[in-house]
Formats: sequence, C-alpha cells, structure tokens
Amino acid sequence: MRTTERPAVPPRSSAPLTLRLNGRDATFVVEPNVTLLDLLRERAGLTGTKKGCDRGQCGACTVLVNGRRTLSCLALALVHAGDEITTIEGLANGGELHAVQAAFVEHDAFQCGFCTSGQILSAVAVIAEGRAHSDAEISEAMSGNLCRCGAYPNIVAAIAAVQGAG
Amino acid sequence: MRAFEYVVADSSAAARALAREVGAARFYAGGTTLVDLMKADVERPQRVVDISRLPLTAIERRGDVVRIGALARNSDVAYDATVAQAFPAVSEALLSGASGQIRNSATIGGNLLQRTRCTYFRETRWRCNKREPGSGCDALDGFNRGHAILGTSDACIATFPGDLPVALAALSAHVVIEGDAGERTIALEDLYLLPGDEPQHETSLAPGELITAIELRVEPLHARSHYLKVRDRASYEFALASVACAVELDGGRIAQARIALGGVATVPWRAVDAEAALAGAPPDDSAFRHAADVALSGARTRAHNGYKVELAKRAIVRALRTVCGGAA
Ligand SMILES: Cc1cc2nc3c(=O)[nH]c(=O)nc-3n(C[C@H](O)[C@H](O)[C@H](O)COP(=O)(O)OP(=O)(O)OC[C@H]3O[C@@H](n4cnc5c(N)ncnc54)[C@H](O)[C@@H]3O)c2cc1C
Ligand code: SF4
Ligand code: FES
Ligand code: FES
Repeated sequence: MRTTERPAVPPRSSAPLTLRLNGRDATFVVEPNVTLLDLLRERAGLTGTKKGCDRGQCGACTVLVNGRRTLSCLALALVHAGDEITTIEGLANGGELHAVQAAFVEHDAFQCGFCTSGQILSAVAVIAEGRAHSDAEISEAMSGNLCRCGAYPNIVAAIAAVQGAG
Repeated sequence: MRAFEYVVADSSAAARALAREVGAARFYAGGTTLVDLMKADVERPQRVVDISRLPLTAIERRGDVVRIGALARNSDVAYDATVAQAFPAVSEALLSGASGQIRNSATIGGNLLQRTRCTYFRETRWRCNKREPGSGCDALDGFNRGHAILGTSDACIATFPGDLPVALAALSAHVVIEGDAGERTIALEDLYLLPGDEPQHETSLAPGELITAIELRVEPLHARSHYLKVRDRASYEFALASVACAVELDGGRIAQARIALGGVATVPWRAVDAEAALAGAPPDDSAFRHAADVALSGARTRAHNGYKVELAKRAIVRALRTVCGGAA
C-alpha cells in the first residue's frame, strides 16, 4: 500500500516512481501523462511489450500487474507505484523458457510476432484463471488479443497443450 | 496526452475535496475510459484524482441486499459466486464486455460512467454537441449505423455503450453516491439523463460526487435473469443490440417481467410498457413478439440504423425464450 502523504505531481513535472519490475525493484522519474506502456518501452528499455493501437483495442501491450493481465497502454504509470509488473522479458527462468513460451514455439503460434508477447502474457493469465479448458473457452478468454496474421488456431493449440500438460 | 496534475486520494472524502478544488478534475478508477479519451483529446482534465486504491471493493450481502463497492473490478464481480447465482444477467453482462484484460482494470463505478463510442464524439475533427455544446452533430446525417433509435433528440443520437448498466436497469439496481451532504441512494435509471437539448449532461451526479457502491436485491425474479448481446464480432465488441431480462413464472403464466435494452438507446433503456404487456401472459413466442413490438414502438431511425428495430425485437424474443426455457 502506498503512503497517504504522496504529494501532488504538477503538470509538466515529474515524480519518482518505484515498482517491482520482473522481480526487481526499479525506480524511475515520471511525468503524470506517461503510460505504463511508455514507461516500460522507453524508460525501462523493455521493448518486448508492444504498442499496437495504444487505445485498448488490440492486446499487444498486455502485461501482468500483480499477476493479473492488464493493458499497459490504458494505465498511467504513476498509478502503479509499488505494483509487481511482469513483462515478456521476465517470464523465462534464466535460459529456460516459460511453458507457454515453449508451447508457442512448438506450435508455431505466430507469424510476424508482433502480437506474440501480449498473447503469451495473456495466455499465462488465462491458464492461471482456470479458463482454458476447451478450445471455445480459450478463444473467448483470449479475445482481447488480436493477431493480424491470423495465427489463432495455433495459439489456441499452444495454450491447450500447456493446459493439458499442467 | 496533454499535461495534467496527478494526485492520489487516500479517502473518499479527500477524493471529493480534491476533485472540487479545480474546475476540470477527473477520478481515475481503472483508467480504461479516461486514459483512452485523454489520448483522443476528448477528456482534458487539469487534475486527475487517483481513487484506484480506495477500499471500496467489497461485495457484501446484508439480508436481501447485495452491495458491490464502486471500485470492485469487473472481472471479480462477474465471477463472484453470489452475483453469478443471484443475478445471472449481471455476471453475463460483465463477461460480455470488453476483454479479460480490460475487465481486470475496469471498475463498477467507472463502467457506469463510460462514455459513448460515437466516432464523431471520439474524434475531435467532427462537430459534436456532447463534446462541444452547441457545435452541431455530425452523426445525424453521417454514418450512423451504430447509433441509437430510442431516447434520441435532435441534438444527439449517441448510443449508451455499456452492458452492465443495462442488466442493472432490468434488475432495478440502486446507485450509492457520496457527496458533501452525505450519502444518497438513487435508482440506477435516475443516474442517466436523456440527451435532450444538452447532451453534454449525461448523469445526475453533481461535480465532485463519488459513486461508492451499487445495490441489488436478492429475489426469485432476479435469479431467473439473462443478458443477450448481439454484435459484429463474437467477442471484444460493443453491442448493436442487447437485452437484459428477468421473468417470474407462476402456474404457466408470467407473473412479472423486466426488460432493459442496450446498444439501441441513449441510456440504459428500461422497456416498462413491454414488461406490462408480459404480465399475466403465457410464456410463448406470440407474447414475446408482442412485447418486443411494444418495446420498439417509439423507435426513431436514421439513414443507417433502421435494421436495429428488427434486430432488437428478435433479441428480445430470444432472450425471453432463454430465460423462460426449462420453466417449471
Ligand atoms: C477496447 C474497449 C472495449 C470495450 N468494450 C466494452 C464492452 O463491450 N462493454 C462495456 O460495457 N464496456 C466496454 N468497454 C468500456 C469499459 O468497460 C470501461 O472503460 C470501464 O468499465 C470503465 O471503468 P474504469 O474503472 O476503467 O473507469 P475510468 O476510466 O477510471 O473512469 C471513467 C469515468 O468515470 C469516472 N469515475 C470512475 N469511477 C468513479 C466513481 N466511483 N465515482 C464517480 N466517478 C467515477 C471517472 O472520473 C471517469 O470520468 C470497453 C473499453 C475499451 C477500451
Ligand atoms: S450523436 Fe451525440 S455524441 Fe455523437 S456526434 Fe452527435 S452529439 Fe456528438
Ligand atoms: S496497444 Fe494496448 S491494447 Fe493495443
Ligand atoms: S503473429 Fe503477426 S500479429 Fe499475431
């Protein structure tokens, strides 16, 4: 929980912001009108999180906030003080891919790859939410992640495989 | 996004005070409507008051009333066991809205106050009476396939886009509002204003007032409820027409019914005359179709949205069939 005495941040000025980023404390100095997505990409250098529409309509910017999947383009960075953020860069365990990452490779669940980090973060959360028990359930749960290349069948297959193995 | 001042509120009273200090303040709950519209330059707050961590997230049952905190997240409410069982239409409406990611951020209070998806409102190059009072409305003679056919005015035909509030209208929900004079509770329908000559005024909230909760009554009528949403895509899309209904059957007849429409009206639209037409009728297609005709009798269409009349009627029939199906 944040302190109650956090001072107001005037327009065009910045305030320090500390959050847990992929398991480490990270501190930035941020203006009020910086989104979580721009913080990750431009200030933290974590460009794995993609900017597709920047308006909540594609899912490319999906990250986990305290374990819950969220659109980083529709969130102000300062709102997330103290939160635990997981991006695609934080998913693998050292050199070992996360099961969902490995399944995406195995099932060829992408073409251009632009939507892929968002798809994978979303998939990790969908499995954790327990909403991946049938192809139809996976498609519905994953509807917030668009894929312009139309890799949907393979994305569903990759998620179903992880669910089945889990 | 333009520059603005950011401030965190540590209590609901502080939030209201902070919002009242400047002319153009906005609360940030989940941010999914606000940030979107700030990027579009439609919302231009001087100050953003962060209420996202106020402890207004509980879902509590007291006697026959379930109270849902305004900052409860859409996903948490949708999957809550009490809500799903006592108010199926509410759970279904929430799960039909937006995407899993957005539902994790979006709050109940923010959902009630989401803004129209009218393209002419969302893009500043058009004339829009809601965004710029008195400037005109480019939707009237523009591309209005998505626009409303009920509750419109000559100044604005914008569709209310939400799903949850439609289900809440059908289930006679109440909204708890905190203001300077304390707490007041109003019927959900009294939150929303028809566009009339002043479409910029969308709700009956006074400046700085905070929604703290919604309340729903547990009763058999509400447990037999359903939300049907018709749209261009199977998921992650706003309604072209939607229906929330609730029915109580008694000895092969409809004892009472509730119907509210979404996607076709300027506000969550309670179809009171259609409800009256169903009372005492047998739960069959001819009664459903009659109720649907009554519900849409006041529809006013424009160049591209005439199809919504028949679409909404068929959606009403189908939703009533579903909710009456398996009737004992
Ligand atoms: C791509 C996309 C698709 C969507 N699809 C759907 C859909 O299919 N169906 C649907 O119903 N919705 C849909 N939505 C809308 C979404 O449900 C809303 O954006 C969300 O519910 C708003 O909640 P929030 O907490 O994020 O609101 P915020 O953005 O935080 O707030 C919205 C407004 O309400 C005010 N406010 C917030 N909380 C309070 C309060 N407690 N008291 C007083 N004022 C308050 C804020 O000041 C602001 O003006 C979609 C949104 C997007 C971006
Ligand atoms: S319909 Fe309403 S919101 Fe849309 S352009 Fe006209 S006045 Fe604006
Ligand atoms: S970039 Fe966030 S949803 Fe498209
Ligand atoms: S792989 Fe190209 S957008 Fe999905």
